[in-house]
Amino acid sequence: MSDHTADRLRGLVAAFLRTRDPGGDRTGFLRARFDAGLAWVHYPAGLGGLAAPPHLQPVVDAAFAEVDAPDNRPRRNSIGLGMAAPTLLRHGTDAQCRRWLRPLWTGEEVWCQLFSEPDAGSDLAGLRTSAVRDGDDWVVDGQKVWTSMAHEARWAVLLARTDPAVPKHRGITYFVCDMTAPGVQVRPLRQLTGEAEFNEVFLTGVRVPDSQRVGAVGEGWQVARTTLMNERVAIGGRPLPREGGMVGLVARLWRERPELRTAGLHQEVVHSWVRAEAARLAALRLRQLVAAGQPGPEGSAVKLSFAELSQRISGLEVELLGAEGLRHDDWAMRRPEEPDLLGRTATYRYLRARGNSIEGGTSEILRTVIAERVLGLPTESRVDR
Amino acid sequence: MTDLLYGADEEALRDSVRALLTAHAPWRRTLARLDGDEPYDSALWTRLVDQLGVTGLAVPAELGGAGAGFREVAVVLEELGRAVAPVPFLGAAVATRALLACGDTELLGQLATGECDAALAVCLATAPDAPPRPVTVDPGPALSGTVPGVADALPGALLLVPAGDGLYAVEATHPGVRMTPVVSLDATRPLADIVLTGAPARMVATGAMAGRAVSAALTAGAALLASEQVGLAQWCLDTTVAYVRDRHQFGRSVGSFQAVKHRLADLWVEVTEARAVARHAADRLAAGDPEAPLAAALAQAYCGPVAVRAAEVCVQLHGGLGFTWEHPAHLYLKRAKSNAIAFGTADRHRAALARLVDLPPPVAMARVTTGYRRS
Repeated sequence: MSDHTADRLRGLVAAFLRTRDPGGDRTGFLRARFDAGLAWVHYPAGLGGLAAPPHLQPVVDAAFAEVDAPDNRPRRNSIGLGMAAPTLLRHGTDAQCRRWLRPLWTGEEVWCQLFSEPDAGSDLAGLRTSAVRDGDDWVVDGQKVWTSMAHEARWAVLLARTDPAVPKHRGITYFVCDMTAPGVQVRPLRQLTGEAEFNEVFLTGVRVPDSQRVGAVGEGWQVARTTLMNERVAIGGRPLPREGGMVGLVARLWRERPELRTAGLHQEVVHSWVRAEAARLAALRLRQLVAAGQPGPEGSAVKLSFAELSQRISGLEVELLGAEGLRHDDWAMRRPEEPDLLGRTATYRYLRARGNSIEGGTSEILRTVIAERVLGLPTESRVDR
Repeated sequence: MTDLLYGADEEALRDSVRALLTAHAPWRRTLARLDGDEPYDSALWTRLVDQLGVTGLAVPAELGGAGAGFREVAVVLEELGRAVAPVPFLGAAVATRALLACGDTELLGQLATGECDAALAVCLATAPDAPPRPVTVDPGPALSGTVPGVADALPGALLLVPAGDGLYAVEATHPGVRMTPVVSLDATRPLADIVLTGAPARMVATGAMAGRAVSAALTAGAALLASEQVGLAQWCLDTTVAYVRDRHQFGRSVGSFQAVKHRLADLWVEVTEARAVARHAADRLAAGDPEAPLAAALAQAYCGPVAVRAAEVCVQLHGGLGFTWEHPAHLYLKRAKSNAIAFGTADRHRAALARLVDLPPPVAMARVTTGYRRS
């Protein structure tokens, strides 16, 4: 059905660049790129795309990178790009997509996710934040945690309980919450790294217009599942070259510092290299499956391996550094503008990696999901449904 | 870029091989063969060669082959691994790769059509980076020497023997060739000790070309074996999942216990990754990429241990049943463990990788080794 080819898209980018100076106004450039359908080419026309096959996106990105065009700083808005946008596209109204997707893609509006609560982590469906209908609005009260980028965000995707009387999965509704609305209070939540990448968010009498509801009342859990599936792919699924990511850091250290080498650590380094390369190829295969229109459940494998490997390799790096591994840069509380899993010192990376098997679904929950949804094993008997 | 998927033709080939194996090589028949005299299932082998032309897949069409390639060979091996089928296909594929490297058109043609079987006469444990040369060449040429543990050497096969600085073809039926069957760990892939005593030979290649042919063949063996390991591991996973779903203890399905679920989820992740790694190795081999040795080393460093783990989990989660002769799990366990040594252990391949990607061992290790030798 699609007549899109790599050559045609390169031609469109070239034509676009003849009318727009990539060295000029950054926001203007990104808005124009969105309007030309060259933002995310697999999105529909009018919403930043051309309904092209997703595997052509790298062609477009490379063509813009060639001329040093500004990008939309995707890491700063990874929740918006990776999770909110696909959910809006699938479950949102046309008006919602038109209002939110353009500034989301350009990075003018950063998004965060108000899902987890102090008493609803892995058991997310047990969330208690309530939304009560009042005229054309919903009034939201509750507390959310582990909200990365809440301090930068303009919008949030929000899960709230709209019917406490029905079984827990059926009483939840999905909203978009304005983070500048009265009653929204964001407090830094300091992590074991010393940073406050995350936040606690207190919602007190926050009025959310019904026009900002995504999907039907009571169907928030189904809508959220789209978001969570996208989250798992987003976390581990970026394309990397060989030795891209954390294994590259430890391989470089090994090559540059022969005095640190020991026989046992050599085994560990090579083992890690093998596992990282296997995980990279599996992620690449997943992308090829998606591009060929046969998306499978492999995203869960990618996320599980990513967490395990980043923990193992960052731990190896600290040990390899020996005496230097005893030193940290500083424990000052920072408010990073974007999460950076490969940044700062080896000790920081080691500590930050502990979160990889917790955020976006713990590795334990993921294993259960794989066993039940991929392998088809029976659920454990549960008292909550 | 590396293509890690299966094309439509490859899926069709898989379906044909699987249908043939389902009809003619059910595990009960393979198990029953263990108590018989004929190690290979020659009737099955004839069907695979005559009906599906498996030995011609990697042979160019102008030489009588199918003109497909090693990606297709790998798909066949996945299915053969899934069935632990007792046929000498892996050895035939390795011999094909050696002959392709030598440019020997005549033998390739015979191999493609099934006129003759061929095997590279090296021990199955030989890693691509260190083929031993236990055979000497006398004028004639005539070959003498002992090669232990050769796989897929059928009684009437043509043996490709690395000897001196060349590669030679020897008829296994000649009186100067004695092949003694070995009681092998994996009885579905029989081994033989071969003793050559002045066996008349025909030179196939010499010098650098012979060396390249042998290492290319062993690299192909390591790369292709990974696909067999993936097929085997997938069978173990599928069979175990089906079993724990049906098996009930404590009034509930064994597969509903989290300890069982998580073990199988981890195995699924490993098999998923092994498939990508094996596909990559087959694709690079088919493309003649200079990085094929790296992809092959990665494949054996990763897929060998995964297949062993899959077979061990299969035995464990079948409980007492998995420990019996009457259940096929042990066929897979023995094949997997034997495969973990075939074409070099994972450790050998990690050492090769370390060289290929510049992750050198500490210098102190070399010093320790030297010191040990001196004392």
